[in-house]
Amino acid sequence: MLASQIGYYALIFGLVSSVLILPLAIKNFNNNKILDNKIITASFLQFLFVIISFFGLVFSFINSDFSNETVFNNSHTTKPLFYKISGTWGNHEGSLLLWLLVLTFFIFLFLIKSTKEPKKYRILTLIFQQVIIIGFFLFLLKTSSPFNYLFPVPKEGMGLNPILQDPALAIHPPILYLGYVGCSIIFSSSLAAVTHNYISKKWAKHIKFWIIISWIFLTVGIMLGSIWAYYELGWGGFWFWDPVENVSLMPWLCLTALLHSILVLEKKLFLTSWIVILSIATFTLSMSGTFLVRSGILNSVHTFANDPERGVFILFFLFILIFISLVIFFTFHKINEKEIFKIHWISKETSILINNWFMMYFLSVILIGTLYPIFLEVLSNEKISVGPPFYHKLIIPFLIPFLIFMSIGPNLNWIKSKIEKINIQFIALFLMSFLISFLILKKFGSSNLIQTILFAGTFYLFFITIKDFFKKKPINYSQKISHFAFSLLILSILLNNLFSSEITTNIKVGERFQFKRGYILFESIKSIENKNYNSIIGHFRIEDNKKIIELKPELRIYNQPAIVTSEADIKTTLYEDKFLVMNLVKGNEYFNIRYQAKPFMIWIWISGLLLALGGIFSLFQRTYEK
Amino acid sequence: MYGKKAKLRILFLFLVVSSIVLSIYLILKSLEENVVYFLSPSQIKNITEIDNKKIRVGGMVKKDSIIMKSDEINFIITDFKNDINVSYSGSVPNLFSEEKGVVAEGYLKDKSYLDAVKILAKHDENYMPPEVKEALGGK
Repeated sequence: MLASQIGYYALIFGLVSSVLILPLAIKNFNNNKILDNKIITASFLQFLFVIISFFGLVFSFINSDFSNETVFNNSHTTKPLFYKISGTWGNHEGSLLLWLLVLTFFIFLFLIKSTKEPKKYRILTLIFQQVIIIGFFLFLLKTSSPFNYLFPVPKEGMGLNPILQDPALAIHPPILYLGYVGCSIIFSSSLAAVTHNYISKKWAKHIKFWIIISWIFLTVGIMLGSIWAYYELGWGGFWFWDPVENVSLMPWLCLTALLHSILVLEKKLFLTSWIVILSIATFTLSMSGTFLVRSGILNSVHTFANDPERGVFILFFLFILIFISLVIFFTFHKINEKEIFKIHWISKETSILINNWFMMYFLSVILIGTLYPIFLEVLSNEKISVGPPFYHKLIIPFLIPFLIFMSIGPNLNWIKSKIEKINIQFIALFLMSFLISFLILKKFGSSNLIQTILFAGTFYLFFITIKDFFKKKPINYSQKISHFAFSLLILSILLNNLFSSEITTNIKVGERFQFKRGYILFESIKSIENKNYNSIIGHFRIEDNKKIIELKPELRIYNQPAIVTSEADIKTTLYEDKFLVMNLVKGNEYFNIRYQAKPFMIWIWISGLLLALGGIFSLFQRTYEK
Repeated sequence: MYGKKAKLRILFLFLVVSSIVLSIYLILKSLEENVVYFLSPSQIKNITEIDNKKIRVGGMVKKDSIIMKSDEINFIITDFKNDINVSYSGSVPNLFSEEKGVVAEGYLKDKSYLDAVKILAKHDENYMPPEVKEALGGK
């Protein structure tokens, strides 16, 4: 009760601090030479209020205070403490409060980190960020307050959707949000830099930090979601081209393009307009992602209680933000006279431009694939879905040139390279990659030309990045690690796709199912009672290629809400994952089981982490340079 | 006529525009080939010809209709006006059960028989896909 009320008032005080910060900032903009300390204090206070509000909600969840509507809808007394806490952001209202928390934290962090930047630029960033913050405050208080009071107080809550009761999913939203909200700082500061005419090499150096931080969190956040989908949803895949996955990938692609272009700006005054557009687009995509997911237009686990009013509010807010940013871009953005337009056609700049072209192409494929069904439904009332074949067909062939440019690009010089530099080694490596791919595919009886070339391209990037680690020159570790990780990622995905095998069958206890490489024996089942669910554990003995393994997949029957989830049993080795999941159809004695052998599965996660590690390295490299 | 700079810019612009046009064309073309239409059992009754395109059928699993054998599952999807038989061999989702919403993806054999390749059910027992809700006429 009390915690909830404190939380509510703290939220209102947070909004009031915004109203105080704005006039202070505007006054300070024209007055003093230095940034008024009051502004930083006020920003800190605002952050503090949101923390108090957030913890108010966390405590209400811990104490199972069902007089709070959000807690009532998403919690239950028998739920383990860990999931009571993670339930705080496992719902619409709480997750928006988390957005707000990160928003206020990041602007405070920005203010204390940017002391070397011009005062006016910092104040402008603060003002733009406050516009976003006020929007979110109003959104929370008006349409989705996490602190609505329920009377009479219910005795028991509705419980949290069991498939969300999972460690990976407990940390997936906060990490992803750190990435999304980091984009808001990039958005605000690039608008501020445009207004203040501060788009420069110096600005690029300073904003690079925020771009990389957001990129790391977004990468890890997407990967966590993907790991969760792999073991919890029972399909055994890691990416489904589901609209909800797509909306997180779109800002990532945009941010990756930005990450590369900012490197150019850091070296010379070039691509300024493009960088501003990318910054605006990245944040807009993060926001539209939130809109599409929260408004209930897209169906998924992320769709909570749908409320059209919420969707309209976010859409309206989104339009205002886009409108403001376009007006600012077209009024204030001046092409600097010193800006260089001439670039040599063989240079790092060109290869980065090519990277951006590919990124934008991938982005438009996903954007159209995700939005087309929505538009079609609104326009013609026809319902369609766009599946994986669409994306595979449009993305996979273009990966080939992409990988090749990715191998060669980083080895070119800035400004101008000579062709002689592309020497015999490169060609030898390419032939070697081609040969290896050909042999691998031949061995496994596939001789698709596109596949062979794709493998060759991936191996090429793989070998070149490895070779570059042994160079004598100072090595750009972050770039090498990330590019290497990307080749590893594509390689693992390809091998995984090509050599995965799957067996689905319906089987009774005690039965034995024979297949080509061995058998599946359903030995027994046993049931165990747990705090908030009962589980049925199946014992299976599987012989696959003369190796015997025991797998124990589980079915969990939750009491509140009454949902059955299946927990796959996965035996992971460096070479391959063995995956077994079972399902029970009510009123049948057959169990539906799915057994999969998935080679190189763990390498997909390892390469995802390496990708992020590359980003982390570049944060440290920056400090070495100073 | 034009300076070197201007020529370069025209070339650049030309490249940008042509690659945009090309990618939009590619995207729309494969969109046409790869979309899966969603139909209710009643809509299927009304179609005139059966082609071998993949479709999705949504509705409710009819009571007492699930028959499980060792290699396949048969059941009936209903929208309370019309029914369609579905045969499927593959894994079923957790929330697949009688009198619950379901979406089956597959190929039509005839107007009352679907050969399914994928079964989708929702992650949340309170939640029903809007398509299903609509197909059931708000029941």
